[in-house]
Amino acid sequence: MTTYIIRRCIIGLIILLLVTILVFLLIRLLPGDPLMVYLGNYNPTGNSAIITPEQYQELLHQYGLDRNYFVQYWDWLTDIFRGELGKSIGVGQPIAGLIADAMPRTAYIGVITFLIGTAGGITVGIICAIRRGSWLDNTLTTLSNIGMTIPTFWLGILLIYLFSVQLGWLPTHGWVAPWENFGESTKRLIMPILAVGIGSIAGMARLVRSCMLEVMRTDYVRTAWAKGLRERVILVRHQIKNAMIPVVTALGGALAGILGGSVFIETVFAIPGMGRLMTTAIFDYDYQVVQAGVLLFGGIIIFSNLIVDIAWGWLDPRIRLA
Amino acid sequence: MADKPESAAPAIDAAGITAAPPHHSEWRRIARVYFSRKLYLIGFILVVLIFVVAIFAPLLTPYNPIKTDLTSIVREPSAAHWLGTDQLGRDILCRIIYGTRTSLLIGFSAVFSSAAIGMLMGLTAAHFGGWVFALIMRITDALMALPGIILVLLIAGLVGGGIGVVIFALGFGGIAGMCRMMCGLALSVKQNDYVMAGRSIGMSNWRIMLTQIFPNAFPPLMVGITMGIGGVVLGEAGLSFLGIGVEAPTPSWGGMVFDGQPYLLDNPLLSLAPGVAIMILVFGFNMVGDGIRDAVDPRLRGVL
Repeated sequence: MTTYIIRRCIIGLIILLLVTILVFLLIRLLPGDPLMVYLGNYNPTGNSAIITPEQYQELLHQYGLDRNYFVQYWDWLTDIFRGELGKSIGVGQPIAGLIADAMPRTAYIGVITFLIGTAGGITVGIICAIRRGSWLDNTLTTLSNIGMTIPTFWLGILLIYLFSVQLGWLPTHGWVAPWENFGESTKRLIMPILAVGIGSIAGMARLVRSCMLEVMRTDYVRTAWAKGLRERVILVRHQIKNAMIPVVTALGGALAGILGGSVFIETVFAIPGMGRLMTTAIFDYDYQVVQAGVLLFGGIIIFSNLIVDIAWGWLDPRIRLA
Repeated sequence: MADKPESAAPAIDAAGITAAPPHHSEWRRIARVYFSRKLYLIGFILVVLIFVVAIFAPLLTPYNPIKTDLTSIVREPSAAHWLGTDQLGRDILCRIIYGTRTSLLIGFSAVFSSAAIGMLMGLTAAHFGGWVFALIMRITDALMALPGIILVLLIAGLVGGGIGVVIFALGFGGIAGMCRMMCGLALSVKQNDYVMAGRSIGMSNWRIMLTQIFPNAFPPLMVGITMGIGGVVLGEAGLSFLGIGVEAPTPSWGGMVFDGQPYLLDNPLLSLAPGVAIMILVFGFNMVGDGIRDAVDPRLRGVL
């Protein structure tokens, strides 16, 4: 078991390292200038420019952009390990502070959405599988199929139209911290959570339903019926337990989907979280914020995949010995 | 379904067209299973309709999707404008109809380019194994460790908008998924005796990969490609919604949803109708993908 955990951790670290290289190279190799914020005022000929070529060179030097890629990459990497994320070119504030402000908001919404999506999706999927072919199954399965096609941002706008514009029940946008005013905060978060959660429930329900149906056909379930076990025991001990194996593996992907969805709902509902921070940074070519943000998202997903792997190695010897 | 199509699949060329008459039965069987489910039939009809709309767009609407008409800004639905007009006086239905072209163009180009690169990577990894396999798989792991939309947003945002950039970004974003899928399928196809036979008569690595493994892994890959189109169309809509997708006058559904946001009170359809178009298209392609999967190999449920 220990060897297994160590091996998974090393693989996780290698992937994280590759993510840093990927992000670093993407930003450097794609066309565009990291000093874009200043570039609006930059004129290469030097005539009537607010920034002269000399000042431009100085800025390049100040941000370390005139050194070769290996040195830049190494500096960035060692800075991260020292907890030094640098300063945002666009906003002029330390990146660590920006992330410390934004991340709790995204995490709060994300965790709730993740729980609702997983619990809801598993429940719906199991109900569909048990009542296979009934009107309930047909309705829920069709709804899941439709739910998977709904664009998050569109659903957000539809909800705003229904609950804010037409009914006037909920505020259209904004963020209030739940630890400051829980009621007001919840009012503002119902719609963003629904907007991402519905797609999440739909995807999970489809997966759980097909895994359950797969398990129902197996020999050990037939044997359990033949032994005369009670339906509840067969359902919980034999079917659900085994059907959850592929479902748990898919949780990392579900989390990635929710983090990605934050980009849209934070734009639609004007929530100053990580998604908003990243989008703004990408638009402004605030490359240091982009690097840090992407690395954080990647780290979260790699870490959750690691937890899933270790949990499965612990539960299922076949996986850890493979 | 006792027969296993994966191992019994006939020689198929890359376009998915049957080559010789004796192989007809397999494709007939796939078609029969496919069309026996009502939902899949609906999906097929939707996809055909979407193509018809895209091809015959100019015949379906009397308006021009780009020409602005400042005398009729943000009108409610009327006999002349069935869904009303947008903030520049353009007919919404007309822009949705022309938007079909944008979505299909981007959907197909991005999926085919990511499929070509991803499959080549997957084939190489599965065929050569060893450190090649490890290297390629770790790269796909790294690509998949980022939420898809973040990667796409990063590329499109840094390069700037435009149809070409959107195709590049979405195509790049899809490579890892295609590579994984191809690799998994190729690993199982590789076990077959005919691959061994090919090797024993002295076929080169590339020849085995392209003439033995690839055609036999192709039917399940069609599922991934079809589903991928829905995903890419959603991605394009998302990018255009965020403002770094298709550029301004070209009609794009995601962009239209964004444009309509300030006018929810005056004409909610401006924002809501294009979203329905996105859903119909994605639903159609997803159902076709589901149908092909069930027809090709029901065991792939939950895998693809």
